Amino acid sequence: MIKILFFAALRERLDCEQYLLSCEGNTLDVASVLSQLQSRCQNWQQELSRTDLLCAVNQQLVPLTASVQDGDELAFFPPVTGG
Amino acid sequence: MSIFVAVQSDDFCLASEYHELRRNPACGAIVTFSGLVRELHDTVLHGMTLEHYPGMTEQALNRIATDALNHWQLAAVHIIHRVGRLKPNEQIVFVGVASAHRAAAFAACEFIMDYLKNRAPFWKKEHTATGDYWVEAKASDQQALARWE
Repeated sequence: MIKILFFAALRERLDCEQYLLSCEGNTLDVASVLSQLQSRCQNWQQELSRTDLLCAVNQQLVPLTASVQDGDELAFFPPVTGG
Repeated sequence: MSIFVAVQSDDFCLASEYHELRRNPACGAIVTFSGLVRELHDTVLHGMTLEHYPGMTEQALNRIATDALNHWQLAAVHIIHRVGRLKPNEQIVFVGVASAHRAAAFAACEFIMDYLKNRAPFWKKEHTATGDYWVEAKASDQQALARWE
């Protein structure tokens, strides 16, 4: 399983905080996980296609080309606005 | 060299932080920054909520502090960022840098804030007289990184 987390405005728009994705022992790239999530419904398609979306694997910022595997924590979120 | 990072809902005390930074005998200069919840131009702000990504936030702040220590000769770096519901004029963030001389402390403090604004996973939601709105990231914050790259 890959644990997928969503934060802030993205979490609210998807109405989802956490999503578990079965990867059946395969290593996937983040972009392919994203396209699986986008195919769930039109709202997810739209929200997860935003070009400013940020992504972290095991709590490190990574590009969409990064890979994920069983047991990883993947997170998607909007640009950060702290400080 | 010491790093102190905290993500907390409690307020912080500038005098206490300053006192801690002063304790290092190598310290000849201290620069501090504090960021506050400010009013809006177009509507009344009742407050804001700071959301974060627990775990990743602390790692990101430690990484930024470590990068600052690798760039400049510093005695100490303290970063405190609050989360949860905050009222107007409350303190949000504290950065304190101690070094032998002022130039390194000034530069490192700006470096830390510039990277915190772009790399640390915090999000602000404003509660206003006209509704609740997530704050949009500013291009100027991202452009501020250019001077360090």
